[in-house]
Amino acid sequence: MVSTTTNTEISLMAHLMRRAGFGASRNELEERRGKGYEETVEELLNPSNQTPVDIYEFLRYYPMWWKPGTMGGLGQAPWVWTMINTESPLQEKLCIFYHNIFATGVAKVDHYDEIQDMIDMFREKGLGHYKDILLEVAKSPAMIYWLDNNENHADSINENWGRELLELFTMGVGNYTEEDVQECSRAFTGWTLEHKLPRFHMGRWDWEFKFVEDDHDYGQKEFLGHKGNFDGEEVIDIILSKPATAAFIARHLYNFFVEDEPQVPAWSVVPPNNPGAVEFLAKELMDSDYHMETVLRKLFNSDFFKEAQFSRVKNPTEVVVSTLRLVGDSSLPGPDILDWTGQIVYMGQDLLNPPSVEGWHSGIEWINSGTLMKRTNFMSEMISDYSRPGVKSIIDQVSRSASKPEEVVNACLDVMGPLEIAEKTHSELLEHVSSQGDFDWQSSGVTRTLELLQLIVATREYQFA
Amino acid sequence: MSEPTSKDPVIVVVQLSGGNDYMNTVVPHSNSLYRDYRPSVNISESDVIELTSDIGFHPAMAPLADMYKEGNVAVIHGVGYENSPRSHFRSMDIWHTCEPETLGTEGWLGRAIKQIDPNKENVVTAVSMGPSLYRALVAPDVPVATVENLDNYGLLTDISPEQKRDRVLDRYKKMYSPMIGSGPVMEFLGQTGLDAMKGADILNVAPSMYSSTVEYADTSIAKKLKGIAQIHLANLGTRIFYCDLGSFDTHADQLSTHNKLWSSASTAIRDFFDDLEQHDAADNVTMFLFSEFGRRVYDNGAGTDHGAGGVCLAIGKNVKGGEYGQYPSMKEGDLDQGDLVPDLDFRSVYTTLAEDWMRLDPVPIVGGNFEKPKFMATSN
Repeated sequence: MVSTTTNTEISLMAHLMRRAGFGASRNELEERRGKGYEETVEELLNPSNQTPVDIYEFLRYYPMWWKPGTMGGLGQAPWVWTMINTESPLQEKLCIFYHNIFATGVAKVDHYDEIQDMIDMFREKGLGHYKDILLEVAKSPAMIYWLDNNENHADSINENWGRELLELFTMGVGNYTEEDVQECSRAFTGWTLEHKLPRFHMGRWDWEFKFVEDDHDYGQKEFLGHKGNFDGEEVIDIILSKPATAAFIARHLYNFFVEDEPQVPAWSVVPPNNPGAVEFLAKELMDSDYHMETVLRKLFNSDFFKEAQFSRVKNPTEVVVSTLRLVGDSSLPGPDILDWTGQIVYMGQDLLNPPSVEGWHSGIEWINSGTLMKRTNFMSEMISDYSRPGVKSIIDQVSRSASKPEEVVNACLDVMGPLEIAEKTHSELLEHVSSQGDFDWQSSGVTRTLELLQLIVATREYQFA
Repeated sequence: MSEPTSKDPVIVVVQLSGGNDYMNTVVPHSNSLYRDYRPSVNISESDVIELTSDIGFHPAMAPLADMYKEGNVAVIHGVGYENSPRSHFRSMDIWHTCEPETLGTEGWLGRAIKQIDPNKENVVTAVSMGPSLYRALVAPDVPVATVENLDNYGLLTDISPEQKRDRVLDRYKKMYSPMIGSGPVMEFLGQTGLDAMKGADILNVAPSMYSSTVEYADTSIAKKLKGIAQIHLANLGTRIFYCDLGSFDTHADQLSTHNKLWSSASTAIRDFFDDLEQHDAADNVTMFLFSEFGRRVYDNGAGTDHGAGGVCLAIGKNVKGGEYGQYPSMKEGDLDQGDLVPDLDFRSVYTTLAEDWMRLDPVPIVGGNFEKPKFMATSN
């Protein structure tokens, strides 16, 4: 691999911002380097110090999106706009992280509002204790309907929620028995939602969590080796006391923030890429009572994180949002926002409408010939738009330090990352620029550099974060 | 109906997104209940294009009525599945995946592609005309070309002039060629990039090879069907085409919206088949139209709300024209929550298409054994 920089501090800061956020311009990276790495981690972990995005600014332009309800698609546009404009990118990254675990979609819920409420909850509580998030999710009407807990009755249980709670949200296959699934489901009987009113052409009314005492099974349960008249919250406490749960959440964290792993269904049979790192995160989860802020602080400051640069394929949201943040001038909620939201969908990630309760498969599974074409075309079009301030700034920085083809290639790779690319890719880029003769900023320099930037975002290497 | 062709069978799926109103598409004009239920949103007796003493088409469907009379349109009644959720997303998912009980991730046509081209020999075996891939076409390791606009399809299409784009694409190809020792992920990316280029190269020849006296209208469905005709006529080996038209979600202002949609669809479908006919290429093409559900029996004053049972149409020279199944009973007591009850499972209809038309094993495609309505000439 060719690295165009020896500046490890900047590389590391860029890595942190790609993973804990949606990337950053070189100017922002320089500014953050002045503050220091650990200080930047602290800033990311304390979103309350930043000015929150004013969603009403978006809604002034798009009033129909206040409660998108049964809208036929793109109800996630306000969230995408929030990601483009936030000063607290880790908060939004965590929303995606949790949305991918507690994957709930309009495909069944048929109402954007309740799923958007879940995202808002992730934004508010995502850095807190995992238990609080689990409890909120268990009481989320969207989740209750998505996993049929409204059909889970004292006299006839429905296991859907009880099973997924254990299989996908906490422990993983192989750590509980079928009896545990049933006992767990019994504990959540009566956790339902307010009856929905008949549909009419304006959609329907909001749902609310409702506990129906008469429909709750108060009897004794035997769950994961414990006996008692457990309710849902007590079951969650028992689940969280098990090391398997910490190991499972640790693996989710590792897969999302550190390095592409095999997908969830393989976890019961395929060991982690880096067992030591997952064990470390699991221990931190147990020791901190699953306090996510504490664990993420350890994660971002760990060596295994710092050494994992460019080992994840960017998800479609990262592709679109980080490109828009890089090129700039995308804060106004203009007509483009719906197209940008659509681009994420075309690249395979219809936010608020995951393909199943298992969420999106990530890593290389994001890539097929159609999605790769969409990614490449979107990034290429944006990065060559010289009217955008971020693009202009990249060209200015390159032109200050480079005047020969090789210098231009290396400066672009540096300002765009710094990126690491294969020897062969590097020689192709160099050949591309050199073959068009000497470089002259007075004549074709800018155009040629824009063409080079288009090729850089089209490389295989640029698909990685 | 004509002699069976020796060419490979091709299917064109047209998805009517949003829930097409069955009762105003195939109007039960002699049933007095129809006018009782639909005081505001009805097709007047004089406007209905009568096909039989019981049913008639919406007036905007005149071109399809002609094709029906020529014996090339099958009207498949009362199609759906039990316990309709009346949700667009969920219902469309069910039609796409054939999984009414659980959430499926694989599409029925994705599984069909796998049978047609198990070794991925042709990257354009299936072409989806639209900005993103319909779930019906999704299956692991199955390439599908998603074409938004055939005239502007490919990698890095924003780069102009042509000479510059060629230069960049040439470099792209070199950057994506195999790199020894780069690892499986980089290799997969490289192969996928080259596949994308190859698919675009193949499809890009279609418009330039095409000439026709048929002038398609300037509507979205006409553009999509014209693109499909261009690809089909270029003989690129594409066997499955997919496109959609919408929105049929006519809660309000139904009469005007529904009229516009069917008018554009019918005209485009007639032009499409005329175009193929002119090039002697219609004999191996069957078109299939469906919607995720029909609409409520009672109108709401200006439109109709989400319903259950719907109607499917199969069109082409290999279709045995006529009616299949029964129009669901409209008697008050026979309705389910005010909706027509489907009595033909959509997977039965898919089975006919997969087995009798595409000559595939339908069981893994639709996920079970279903009795077939015999609407294809090759059905027996």
